[in-house]
This record gives sequence, structure tokens and C-alpha cells, in this order.
Amino acid sequence: MLHYIGKRLLHLIPVLLGMTFIVFLIIRAIPGDPAQVILGQQATAEAIAALRDKLGLNNPWYVQYFDYLKGILTGDLGDSLRTRQPIISEVWPYLAATFELAIFAMIIAVIIGMNAGIISAWFQNSWFDYIAMIVALIGVSMPIFWLGLMEQWIFSINLGWLPTSGREEVRDPVAAITHLYLIDTLLQGRFDQFLIVVKHLILPGLALATIPTAIIARMTRASMLEVMRSDYVRTARAKGQKMLIVIYKHALKNAFIPVLTIIGLQTGLLLGGAILTETIFSWPGIGRYIYEAIGYRDYPVIQSGILIVAFLFVMINLIVDLLYTVIDSRIKYN
Amino acid sequence: MKNKKFWSFGLFLLLALSMVLAACGSDTEKEETSTTTAPTSETTTEEKAAPPQVLVFGRGGDSVSLDPAIVTDGESFKVTQNLFETLLNFGEQDTTINPGLAKDWEVSEDGLTYTFYLEEGIQFHDGTDFNAEAVVKNINRWKAGTEEDFYYFNSMFKAEGADVITDVVADGDHKVIFTLSRPQAPFLKNIAMSPFGIASPTAFEAAGDKFGDNPVGTGPFKFVDWKRNDSITIEKFDGYWQAGLPKLDKVIFRSIPDNSARLNALTANEIDLADGINPSDGATIEGNSALQLIERPSMNIGYLGLTNTRPPFDNVLVRQAVNYAIDQQAIVDAFFEGRAQVAKNPMPPSISGYNDDIEGYAYDPEKAKALLAEAGYDGKEIELWAMPVPRPYMPDGAKVAEVIQKNLADVGIPSEIVTFEWATYLEKAKNGEADAFMLGWTGDNGDADNFIYTLLDKDNIGSNNYAYYSNDEVHDLLIAAQSEVDENKRIDLYKQAQVIIHEDAPWVPLAHSTPLLAAKAGVKGFLPHPTGSDKLDNVSIE
Repeated sequence: MLHYIGKRLLHLIPVLLGMTFIVFLIIRAIPGDPAQVILGQQATAEAIAALRDKLGLNNPWYVQYFDYLKGILTGDLGDSLRTRQPIISEVWPYLAATFELAIFAMIIAVIIGMNAGIISAWFQNSWFDYIAMIVALIGVSMPIFWLGLMEQWIFSINLGWLPTSGREEVRDPVAAITHLYLIDTLLQGRFDQFLIVVKHLILPGLALATIPTAIIARMTRASMLEVMRSDYVRTARAKGQKMLIVIYKHALKNAFIPVLTIIGLQTGLLLGGAILTETIFSWPGIGRYIYEAIGYRDYPVIQSGILIVAFLFVMINLIVDLLYTVIDSRIKYN
Repeated sequence: MKNKKFWSFGLFLLLALSMVLAACGSDTEKEETSTTTAPTSETTTEEKAAPPQVLVFGRGGDSVSLDPAIVTDGESFKVTQNLFETLLNFGEQDTTINPGLAKDWEVSEDGLTYTFYLEEGIQFHDGTDFNAEAVVKNINRWKAGTEEDFYYFNSMFKAEGADVITDVVADGDHKVIFTLSRPQAPFLKNIAMSPFGIASPTAFEAAGDKFGDNPVGTGPFKFVDWKRNDSITIEKFDGYWQAGLPKLDKVIFRSIPDNSARLNALTANEIDLADGINPSDGATIEGNSALQLIERPSMNIGYLGLTNTRPPFDNVLVRQAVNYAIDQQAIVDAFFEGRAQVAKNPMPPSISGYNDDIEGYAYDPEKAKALLAEAGYDGKEIELWAMPVPRPYMPDGAKVAEVIQKNLADVGIPSEIVTFEWATYLEKAKNGEADAFMLGWTGDNGDADNFIYTLLDKDNIGSNNYAYYSNDEVHDLLIAAQSEVDENKRIDLYKQAQVIIHEDAPWVPLAHSTPLLAAKAGVKGFLPHPTGSDKLDNVSIE
């Protein structure tokens, strides 16, 4: 197992290298000079040239690329061109915000999606099955910005149950320790603030969970249907075992492997794809960090942001692969 | 067997967790209502307790830095305007010159020496004394920096790399004398701009590059905390020199990028004041008694630039024809909800030097066709560039572009609407790659120079003169106006320039919009400033 993990981690190196290289080339192909963007519309040509020189943008691309790689190896992701702060020191709060939201959304997606899929499969072709699959179809195709604004309109403005945006009550801010506010509030024994943070998580969490929920539901249903046709489930049912036991003890275990793959992929996608949700709910996460960097042509931030997300994506996939062995003892890595 | 147990237990946990989460929602709801009702029940017999003087200001973006000298973006100035003070202030809602940290000033007759008499007994938030020496240290800090360090200082007070302010000296504790290399007509207006807020020398010397994270000025509020892309908190400075100010105890600037989401947050009572309201939401806000709609005085221009070096717009007759072809009033009515004024000059009427005698091009398709025929226009399709982002001077670029496209087609100019992502759009337009492009400008200091020279002088081709308009006569007038100290003569020079520009028709001036804000009904004393940097010292919550 350790050998396998080591091998997988080694495989990461070329993947991430390729990643950095592609991102590096793409963002340099976009028109728009960062020096120009930083200095604003009125800057003179000399000032732009001086800044380009200072930022190393006048060097040949391969020199810039190797400088960047060298930085990464020494734990230096460079400075943000916009804020002039080292990226390594400013990225964590954004990442933490996205983690908290993505994990919350994934929990919602797994609970609702898997249960809906199981019930649909069990009562195949029933009214529940039809409705659930239609809802899932709508869920996949729903534009998030529209959904987000609707959620705000219904649950915040009309019902007044939940806040529209942000991570906390700004009039009573959470003192950030780990920047994962659910943990921070508990560390400080502020249970009132903990609940406020949870309330802030619900609407963006639901919006972000919509697509994964729908996908997980469909995957679970398909996978369960297949398993339920197998002999051992038929036997279990024939033996008169209770429905819940058949489902959760026998069928789900085997149906879960493809679902787990989907969960892993979706979690990775959530990390990088939260831009719209983060914008509508003004969630200060990594998606918005990268998005705003694009507007400013803040190369180091775009590069590092994508690199970090890619790294997490690959790590999640590794974890998923390792989980297979836990679920199914027939799968072994040597 | 073990595995099965593991899974059923896991699922049970997930289910239980979902229950807890659902319960949390309703619990906190109860708690919140009980906390909000508590104070009122205590005070039923007494007078109603005063509401907490905390203002949450919702805006579209985060600040870049809180060191006003190094930034160029409006969102940064919105905060620094309340942390720092300048030697001179603009009027409450205009750009007239008023005392600030300097209570009085004198200008020598030749326009080369400015003497400022400073207010006494003022301290920075860190306890450092504000005096003539502090002013000198600030100016020298800006002078020593390059354009990339102190962009606005360089653009306002340097010409071809040489300092306009050649010397600054302290004469005693409360008198500062500036010597200029040449007369600069808008000098006082320039010095009143947000980037020239006076910072504590002790603080910027100690903090160096980190000063933007720990700003220290003399303003009514002092810096408390900054959660990037989320919120900036500032609180009342107890040692503020103006008695009774500020009225608020705390201001929290929250960034909520989406306009509709920001309005939702206001309606849901999470913020007290919202910047950047869509014109189409104006009527809804007016119909809600819990809210008030606030209009920012207009100091902008939205226009359709015609690249003067590219055919067919290298022909003045074609440019005039386009001016006759476009129905500006219809655009203002439809997309600005009437909250804008049709433009005829390249600057808004609120700015001194505006030439109101000029008659704008009327909407006259027939005349346009005649002019096109006279010009020998070949009917070749043009590219019409539509702005990809809403701006105060142009709420919906794509839709306005469709109307313009229709107007142009009516007179026989076929066009294709093109758009790019914003940074790319600016870059390509600046390179002169557009045929016709939508763009606009919001004034920095309320001076005519900041519109006409910046946007249409030949010096600024490749910079802000995106239309590549070049006219030597206009250039001479504008340069003369820059160093003319006599205000009446200056106004006359700008009026002459506008006459020529009107004839040459480098753009189609479209509209001067009135940007909208909205606040809760209880917010009093908020006066939005045309520059977009709002002072909050007189704001209170009732």
C-alpha cells in the first residue's frame, strides 16, 4: 500500500509540471499586459516598460517559466502583482473558505443524492423515481446564478430565515484562527457564532450542491439497479430480510464504488468550480481569488491558484482510489 | 461483517448530521429573533434606545491596498477617504475647493508658489503630531517614488519625468510652502484628491511596504481589520480634531460583487447602504418604504468612440453622419431608465468650462444618409465593440450596442457587434484595433483638463485617447489652458476646444449617467460624492 501511495505521489510530479506549463502558456497567450493593468489606463509607456522589467516580463518565456518552477520548489509562489503580497501568505484564508463551503456542499450532495438514488432504484418506475430523476435533470441544467438569486429571494428576503451572503455576521465578526470558521468558533467556545456560520453556509452550500446531488443521485440509481438484479440481492430479498438491511448492508456496498468515483470527481470540481456561487453569495474563496486575478492579469496568482486546485484534485483522486480497498477487499494495490 | 457495520454506521451518521443541520437553521432563527426583540422589550416604558451607530456599506469589490498613495482604484479610495485627510477638501457634493488639513492658503501671482497654513493640534491615529514636517515628509515620499509606486502623484505632478513640485519646505510648525516649476491651473484640485491623503510619517517609515495593511492617517476613522475579499472594518477615532465627528462608531465595508445579490443583502437587512444599484432596480427601491434611493451627482461620460485613423471613420463626414444616426434620447430612456442626461460634449455640464452654447447633433437619419452619400461611404461592414461589463456610465453595454447597431443599419452602415473580456477590450481598443467602441470615463478631480485633455488630446493617443483623435489646434488650446491661472480665460479656452471637437466629431457622446445607491430608511446624512469617494463622518443611523 505504502509503495502504491509513493508511486502515485511520484506520478504527481509530471502531472503538476505539465499543469504549470499549460497554464503558463495559456495565460501568456491572452492579450492584456499585466503592467498596463496594474498601472491603470493613464500610465506612460516608460512606466509600463519599467514595471515589465521589474516583474521579469521582458525575459524570454522559458526563463520566466524556470524562475517560476524554481520558486515553487523553494516554497515561494511569488508575489501577487495586484496586492504585492506573497501569495503563499495570502492564499490560505481563501482556500479555507472554499474548503468549508465545498465540504459542506458535498455532505449535502451525498446525503440527498445517494438517498434519492437508492429510493429511486428500489421503487423503480414509481412516481418517486420519475420525480426524482426529473428534478435531477433540472438540477444539472439549472444556472447557478439564477438558482442563487432565487434562494436569496425566497429564504432571505421573503422568509427571512437565512442570510443572503458572506461567511459571518460582519457586525460580530469571527476571530480567524484556522480560517475554517466552523472550527474557529468552536475553538473560542462561541456556539452562537457557530450557528451563524452554519446559517451562512446553507444557501451557498445548497446552490453548490445542486449539480453534484443530481449527478450522485443518477449514478447511485443506475449502480443500485444493476446490483439489485444480481443473485445475492435476490437471495437476500427471498430470505425475507428487511428492505433497509438489503439496501444498506448488501446492495449499497457493491453499488458504492462507481458512486465514490463520482463523489471524488465532483469534490475536485467543486473546489475549482465555485466561482459563480462564490460571486453570488460573496463568499471570499479561492474561486473568486483566481477570478479576480484573471481580471487583473495577475499571472502569479492565476498560476498558483490553478496549481493548488489541480494539486488538491489529484490528491482527492488518490484518496478515492485508496478508499476502494477499504470498501471492496477484492481490490488490492501492490 | 465489520465492513457492513462500518457502512451502515456511516450512513446513519450522515443522516443524523443532516437532521442537526436542519435543526440548526431553525434554532438560530429563534435565537436571533429573541436577541432582536430583547432590547425593545426592556425599553418599552422608556424612550426607544438609540440604534447602534454601525454602518455596513456594501460595494462591488475589495480594496487593493489601504495606502491611498499607491492605488488607482475607486474601491480603495472609498475606504482611505475616511482614514486619511488631504490638505484641501472638495465640496460636500461637488469639486469646489474647501479647507481641509490646511485652513488657509495663498497663491503667488505668477502661480508658482503655494503657501498652506495648517490646522493646529491635530494628531495621527498613532499619536504622531500632524505638522508642516509631516506634510513635507509625505510629499518627499511621493516625489522619491517611481510611477509604478505612486501612480497618481506622477500623473498629476510630473511632466516628462520632471517634478512640477520642485520644492516643499516647512516654515515653522504650521506653514508649508510649495514651489512649482511651471504654473499648474488645477493644482489645488489635484492636491484635494484622495491619493494625496497625508499619512503618519512614523507609520509609513516603520511599515515600509506593509503600510497599505496598517494605514495611519488623521481621518475621522481608524483602521481595525481587513478580511480580504470580504470585509474591511474601521472605527471612530476618538482623538479626531473636529468636534462631534464622526457620528458613527464603526463602518464595515463589505464586498458583494453581484449587483442583484447586493440589493438582496440590503433588502434582507444585512447591509445598510449599497453602492452600484442597477437603474432598472430604481423604481423597486422607491416603492419600498424601508429603503431610500440615493443619486450620486453625475461626473461621467459614456460615449461611442470612432477610431479616427481607421476607415470609414477617418472621414469627418462619416463621423458626423454617425452622430446624426444615433438616437441618444431613446438609449437614455430605455437603458438608463431616464436617470441620465443626453451628452453633447466630452465632459458633463457640472464641470466648469462646459460649453452649453453647442448644439448637439439631433437624431436625423435622413441627414445622416445625405452625409454618408457625400462622403462616398462604400457600405462596408464595421465592427461595433460592446462593453462586456457594466460601468456607472454604461449599465448594459450589450443592449445599448444593439440599439446602436439598429440605428446604424437604418442609415446604411452594417455592423457586427464584437466583445472581449474587459482587460482585453481595453488593451485592443487602446491599440486602435476597434472601428467603433463603447467606453466612458468618470472624472477624478472635476477639472475640464481631466476630461478633454485626458481623453482627446493627441498627447494621450496610445493612452486614454482611444479614438486616436488628433487636432493641433485643440492641443494648443488645451496646453495653454493647463498653465493658465486666470479662471475666466481658462474657461474660454475649454469652450473653444469643445467647438472644434464638436465639428470634428471624434465620438458620439451618449450620456452622463446618475449612478444610484440605496440605503435603509434610517441612514441619515450620507452625501455621495461625484468622485465616488464618499466621506462618512456626518452619517448617522436613526
